[in-house]
Amino acid sequence: MQVDYNERIPNNVGLADDRRLLRALERWQPAFLDWWRELGPVGALEHEVYLRTAIGVDRDGWAHFDYARMPDYRWGIFLAEPVPERRIGFGIHKGEPAWQELPGEYRAELRRLIVTQGDTEPASVEQQCRLGLSAPSLYDLRNLYQVNVEEGRHLWAMVYLLHAFFGRDGREEADEMLARHAGDADKPRTLEAFNEPIDDWLSFFMYTFFQDRDGKFQLHALSESGFDPLSRTCRFMLTEEAHHMFVGESGVMRIVQRTCEKMREHDTDDVGPFGAIPLALLQKWVNFHYSICLDLFGSEDSTNAANYYAMGLKGRYQESKIDDDHVLADRMATVPALEDGKLVSREVTALKAMNETLRDAFVADSQRGINRFNKVIDHFGIDAALCLPHRAFHRNIGAFAGIHAAPDGTLVDEATWAARHDEWLPSAADRAFVQTLMHPVTEPGAMAGWIAQPRRGIHGQPLDYRYVEFH
Amino acid sequence: MIDFRTRPDDYRHWRLSIDGAVATLALDVDESGGIAGDYALKLNSYDLGVDIELADAIQRLRFQHPEVRAVVLASAKERVFSAGANIPMLARATHGDKVNFCKFTNETRNAIEDASAHSGQRWMTVIAGTAAGGGYELALATDHIVLVDDGATAVSLPEVPLLAVLPGTGGLTRVVDKRCVRRDRADYFCTTGEGVRGRRALEWKLVDELVPRSRLEDAVAARAGALAATSDRPADANGIVLPPLERTLGDDAVEYGHVHVALDRARGTATLTVSAPDEPPPADAAAIHAAGADFWPLALARELDDAILHLRFNEPALGTWILKTAGAADNVAAADAALAAHSGDWLVREITLYLKRVLKRLDVSARSLVALIEPGSCFAGTLLELALAADRSFMLDGSFEESNLPPATLRLTAMNTGPLPMANGLSRLQSRFLDDADALAAAHDALGSDLDAGAAEALGLVTFAPDDIDWGDEVRIAIEARAAFSPDALSGMEASLRFAGPETLETKIFGRLSAWQNWIFQRPNTTGPEGALALYGSGTQPSFDRNRV
Repeated sequence: MQVDYNERIPNNVGLADDRRLLRALERWQPAFLDWWRELGPVGALEHEVYLRTAIGVDRDGWAHFDYARMPDYRWGIFLAEPVPERRIGFGIHKGEPAWQELPGEYRAELRRLIVTQGDTEPASVEQQCRLGLSAPSLYDLRNLYQVNVEEGRHLWAMVYLLHAFFGRDGREEADEMLARHAGDADKPRTLEAFNEPIDDWLSFFMYTFFQDRDGKFQLHALSESGFDPLSRTCRFMLTEEAHHMFVGESGVMRIVQRTCEKMREHDTDDVGPFGAIPLALLQKWVNFHYSICLDLFGSEDSTNAANYYAMGLKGRYQESKIDDDHVLADRMATVPALEDGKLVSREVTALKAMNETLRDAFVADSQRGINRFNKVIDHFGIDAALCLPHRAFHRNIGAFAGIHAAPDGTLVDEATWAARHDEWLPSAADRAFVQTLMHPVTEPGAMAGWIAQPRRGIHGQPLDYRYVEFH
Repeated sequence: MIDFRTRPDDYRHWRLSIDGAVATLALDVDESGGIAGDYALKLNSYDLGVDIELADAIQRLRFQHPEVRAVVLASAKERVFSAGANIPMLARATHGDKVNFCKFTNETRNAIEDASAHSGQRWMTVIAGTAAGGGYELALATDHIVLVDDGATAVSLPEVPLLAVLPGTGGLTRVVDKRCVRRDRADYFCTTGEGVRGRRALEWKLVDELVPRSRLEDAVAARAGALAATSDRPADANGIVLPPLERTLGDDAVEYGHVHVALDRARGTATLTVSAPDEPPPADAAAIHAAGADFWPLALARELDDAILHLRFNEPALGTWILKTAGAADNVAAADAALAAHSGDWLVREITLYLKRVLKRLDVSARSLVALIEPGSCFAGTLLELALAADRSFMLDGSFEESNLPPATLRLTAMNTGPLPMANGLSRLQSRFLDDADALAAAHDALGSDLDAGAAEALGLVTFAPDDIDWGDEVRIAIEARAAFSPDALSGMEASLRFAGPETLETKIFGRLSAWQNWIFQRPNTTGPEGALALYGSGTQPSFDRNRV
């Protein structure tokens, strides 16, 4: 069967004329669709969803709105417009022309970076696959599906790089990304945080607030890459990632607002019995998602991170706006560390501290988001605040992996940790309670009781628009 | 000072558990337990301290656990098997330390293969997380490699692409020589830092079996059971205890029960004098078991093993080892006869195999070996191997003036004709008379006879046989001349002359691979200030001299 790939797969990479890409995608695309049907959103194959599709990279093309069945979504392949004469901005190759072809000496490193990033994209779809059964509104359901199809597109973006630049190895890696599954005992996803099921909407909003924010910083760092196709791919992905974070931030914000309304209405902190989510529970979800996201940045003192930077493959957040030599040969940096059971600062080379530098940016950005939530609480005149736990809290990777710390950073022993675990992190009872609130609301314009209405609809549509048509 | 003596209660890095016929040895490296201190043993990476414990565990499994027929080598850590030799440790080590470390770790891996091949203790590996470099090489030493097929777990030899060194524990040789991986695939594999996983690893023969994570336990149990079923070890025997090895360290001597080492720093020599047993061996196998670690051949093997390692690591400036013996040759011959008579007994087999490994350790020691065969000595059978292992031997023809000791003699026993082969697979006699079947036959014909210096020289068993007038000067000058040569040239020369005859996996590892590695270790591309090993972990990229040598 002759397929019009330019129609089927919107792209700006000359797909129809690229024999190598066509051959790879002809094989991979059916496998991707099988994967979507099997592990994508449960029970949603026939739904008509009001989705945004990117059909070009320019202002008019990147946001085309229409109804679509998700399996028919036109997953496109887009690279941001090239920067003329782009040069490598950091590392030992600083000032050299950006690589348009894969540099052979860094093939292994680039492959690992792309595969690690790529693996998270289908993982998140798998993690979220059951949420559609309990959406608090059609508006939110549509947003979930929008996030899902875009994560699918991000997978395409990474698969494009593997197919276009890595030959047979790249094709095998692309296949493996469909073979590993979140939470699968035999073939789990690469990163730990992408194997936990996300089975309630509070978790979904926290996930899109924190995990997608990790994604934002990873993509920013990769968008600085001297490997130009990776840079351009990530720059385009960032426009979509911003929307995911909007879904997360506005979602948490609406929950906070609803909680505050109920607190005022009933003059109590314990709004659970009134069908809202207490601030104390929100704090536990923050503690959980924030801490596992800190792990995603890797060890504080990392040779790999140093190599990626020195090689010009992965930069810092907004590299070009930083006022230094962008080589960092003799620079030092301090990173948190543990010595004789105490939290201390330790000096390492700035290159080896790259993970921590990116984590710092994530922490600051997360804090700004938390501040916005607290403004809502303030607005209600309620004397309470959400906060980010200490970096040492609940960590599995890096300097704090072997110890237990309270949310304020106080080191605690095993017994204290066990005794207070449920005060600091979602307990089974907390999760069970949140599950009692998770009922699907499918009437256009209606909202579940635990979340406030959004301020406005999507793409100028009213709030009671039929964002999802069930079939 | 490095001490090679340890015991399971003191292990910091390994967990040994035994369930019937199957033992599991799980690597669980204590990050802060480096033997030299200031590096962290991350990701189950190892240093000499980790390997000393491994060598001890291999040894104890053989002697203390006759019931163990299969050993499963695994990791006790999640998502990592072993990242191999610790790189910061290697980067900091002196050249001598690197070479000694590699040699010892190679001997340890060979001991695993020896147990699998000759001891009825079959080794297998379970890789359920990263097995890189030395981690994968450890697996290569076992009979069967199980790899978890989770889409992520890979085996790799990333030394060339990441560190500009070679896999130092036989990896290259075992991949093509033992596992018969095609050389072009091996070339790809060894230049691919991220390694190979899943189906390709199996197709390329880098591993033997793929298992999904959820079936791992069952699959390993089944495979270990199948390996155990091939073993001829007795089911109902009791192991013997290997008590802590007693030794006294002095400024100029190391004393064991049967081995005395005199250190002469001025001359740069260590004189090892091995004593014969004071009495004939126990009457039967049961009595040998009852004697256990006190049975002379076993006690000798343990002491000589420790002495060799101690001298190698702690006395690098003593470049010549003088080998002597003392005592009744009849008792040595009787001990040999006991080993031969009970060769079907599992313990006796272990002891003979151990003697073989100790003598191999001597063969690959980078020291000049000179045997002095004097009146009162007992170079018979097992102890004659010391003289045959030496680079040169001197046998006194007659007696020393004013001595009432009878002239020295040599005696061949059955131990000289096969049970103690060298790394090349040949006995030391065969290696000595490589193209001379008549000489070999003549030596074998002399089995059991006391050979005086004239006879020994005629049979080609000694290098020189000076009389007492010449002895003092000849021996002195030989040792002094030796000490004047370049130690490096001597190491290379001796290693090249010692292993005539066929190549084996072992000779390739100790000869070709180690020699190349030791060359690379000296090159600026690796250890210079801008070399890959020196800069590893700094984030700074190495810069290579692009000229091929």
